[in-house]
Amino acid sequence: MIEVQHLNVHFGHNQVVHEVSFQVAPGETFGLVGESGSGKSTVLRTIAGLVPGWDGGLAVNGKTLGPKRDRAFFKSVQMVFQDPYGSLHPRQTVDRILAEPLAVHGIPDAETRITRALEEVALPRAARFRYPHQLSGGQRQRVAIARALIANPSVLLLDEPTSALDVSVQAEVLNLLADLREARQLTCILVSHNLAVIGHLCGRLAVMQGGRIVEIVSQAQLRDGTARHPHTRELIALSHELEG
Amino acid sequence: MTEAPLVEIRKLRVDFPNPAGFTQAVRGISFSLGREKLGIVGESGSGKSVTGRALMRLLPGSARVQAEALRFDGIDVLAASERQMRRLRGGRIGLIMQDPKYSLNPVMTVGRQIAEAWLAHNKGGKREAREAALSLLEQVRIRDPLRVLDSYPHEVSGGMGQRVMIAMMLAPNPDMLIADEPTSALDASVQAEILKLIEELVSARGMGLMLISHDLPLVSRFCDRVVVMYAGQVMEELPARDLHRARHAYTRGLLDCMPSLSVPRPRLPTLNRDPAWLEPKR
Amino acid sequence: MAVVTRAWLLSDTPASRAQARWGRRYQLWLAFRRNPLAVAGLAIVLVMLALALAAPLLATHDPGVQSLADRLQPPSAAHWMGTDELGRDTWSRMLYGGRVTLGMVVAVVVLVAPLGLIVGCVAGYVGGITDKLLMRVTDVFLAFPRLILALAFVAAMKPGVESAIIAIALTAWPPYARLARAETLTIRNTDYVAAVQMTGASPWRIICRHVAPMCLPSLTVRVTLDMSSIILTAAGLGFLGLGAQPPIPEWGTMIASARRFILEQWWVPVIPGLAIFAASLAFNLLGDGLRDVLDPKQR
Repeated sequence: MIEVQHLNVHFGHNQVVHEVSFQVAPGETFGLVGESGSGKSTVLRTIAGLVPGWDGGLAVNGKTLGPKRDRAFFKSVQMVFQDPYGSLHPRQTVDRILAEPLAVHGIPDAETRITRALEEVALPRAARFRYPHQLSGGQRQRVAIARALIANPSVLLLDEPTSALDVSVQAEVLNLLADLREARQLTCILVSHNLAVIGHLCGRLAVMQGGRIVEIVSQAQLRDGTARHPHTRELIALSHELEG
Repeated sequence: MTEAPLVEIRKLRVDFPNPAGFTQAVRGISFSLGREKLGIVGESGSGKSVTGRALMRLLPGSARVQAEALRFDGIDVLAASERQMRRLRGGRIGLIMQDPKYSLNPVMTVGRQIAEAWLAHNKGGKREAREAALSLLEQVRIRDPLRVLDSYPHEVSGGMGQRVMIAMMLAPNPDMLIADEPTSALDASVQAEILKLIEELVSARGMGLMLISHDLPLVSRFCDRVVVMYAGQVMEELPARDLHRARHAYTRGLLDCMPSLSVPRPRLPTLNRDPAWLEPKR
Repeated sequence: MAVVTRAWLLSDTPASRAQARWGRRYQLWLAFRRNPLAVAGLAIVLVMLALALAAPLLATHDPGVQSLADRLQPPSAAHWMGTDELGRDTWSRMLYGGRVTLGMVVAVVVLVAPLGLIVGCVAGYVGGITDKLLMRVTDVFLAFPRLILALAFVAAMKPGVESAIIAIALTAWPPYARLARAETLTIRNTDYVAAVQMTGASPWRIICRHVAPMCLPSLTVRVTLDMSSIILTAAGLGFLGLGAQPPIPEWGTMIASARRFILEQWWVPVIPGLAIFAASLAFNLLGDGLRDVLDPKQR
């Protein structure tokens, strides 16, 4: 479904991603975990087409991706950003934000689709004509998820979708993502610094450090401690320690 | 009780004006703090940061602060003069904030900033201040203090920046540290190091620590006592080591809804916010 | 009824697009209203515009009719603001002059603001060679002192209101382009623009519907603050004889032709001077108030 081969990303003269390769099967949720500066978000944004200056092989749905993405790509691949405060246009109502993808793709019947999208992410009808600053962090992230899903994509890229949220809200959003993934058979890539969050949603995950993938492990390996790379072990130990 | 506590808060209320009247940020909370480590935990909007700021009188002028008692070492914070408060802030109470990127002056070297903090509350010349800054950087366990002394904030990493912040706050030899989400902007590995550093420095110098955070397990590892806040009220106060025996449904809910690496669950339990938690207590 | 509308506007849960939009506007108005100086500025601007628009109804005389017997009269019941050196009624000329002066300002703004906005947004959003090209052109215009470029332009064309408008517009747009570009550079890198890019929208659509609206508030503030300097430039051109041509009444031209009488019949040049002063001040106050309300960096 998603294929990444020998991906290199440069910011000017600075190479931030080195030779990253992985595959994601249809319906799978793949995790990218690492500390800040490990390049995990850059990999995701490169797949999304938001980063210029990369080389290597990228393919989604069997279609090889070039530097420019067409509209069909954006219909099938969508993204949820980390900061729910920054990812919603501050001067647009929820209604307008949700209407935009529909207008771009020429999808008819905006009225019912918007109502249904709000229901799907369990937002009250009253939220429809509010501005982002009138919503809580969790509600904003729900709006962002609704926007990502409104044009029926098959791939969802999640960039730290819960790290700006309170833990109780994080639980709600993680449950929501799990439900939607199930209901819509989504293929997902989840980026997070929180190993527990990744372990909760992902079957397989890549551990990144300094722009490289150091190890790809399965959920089971994560749990029974058979990960080999020292950095992976370090992250696992930290995560256990913080759980207390 | 043999001696008066360092901090005494009784029935503290803080209201912020909004177009329709007032928003109650803190609704009558009481607790005291000796030379110990107290964690204040709550989600966003619980009033935890506002409480710390009220104690340093750092809230905007429009905020309405009322309390039966709001005292630091016997000084009535609500009645103190602005001069007294200036001596308290930075002098006897140090404040460490979330992101060192925004709390350090970007156009001044780290060494000068620490030296200035030291000079503001100590007598001495420039050279002594520099010496003091160097020794402080050593105390916060920066490996190459001489190099860091002459670097600018943007040249140091986030964890290092937070160490510098701590060194700055320690310069006047305060009696108490307020750390408001000191590690939320940092990686998990750095997070633990910084908190351990704060804990050790506080214990070694016999200071009081108020650690404000949203992360309940993290706080409980580094504090003696934990105060759990929700919607401007204290839900529960308990010794940190008894966290797993917490009785209040909110505390339990917070602990329970975190995904765990060791105990996988297909669905996370969510917090049912009981409207009764919002009722004014007593 | 008033209470019902207020509640409708301030509702936390608007039920329609229109209600949400008007609610936001009402909030801005409430914030604006708290600044008495800004409200005063707005009031003066509105009164001046109203007077200029209603000039034919309010004028007591024909502004063009000369009466040499009544020249340089002090204010009286017949001539509220006196008469000028050709015996024309100053009050009537002030009203019609307002039409010309304020009309020039409005025309300049209508030309300049969209041009600056588009150039700045496109340069900032597209970047690369487009950006370099557009910004160098902007620099060229920016390098000339405003009045000198306007002078040269008007001198090359035939002096008149239209050429004055075009001349001022030519020199006024670069700062707006710069401002819009600076804003766009920060907006371009936000997640909400990335999110719109992810919908597959065309760059043009993103600029028009998502980037430009975010630049509007600071641009509005800047334009309002610049109104006074536009008025002064227009008046300056008029004063130098390169703007509105006699007998058309225009405040700057009126001062120019009456400056000889400043010692003996001081009110003749002072009255249009006061009008220019009041209009500039009012726009400045209004701009300051708008900045407090609209500029996101102030929040």
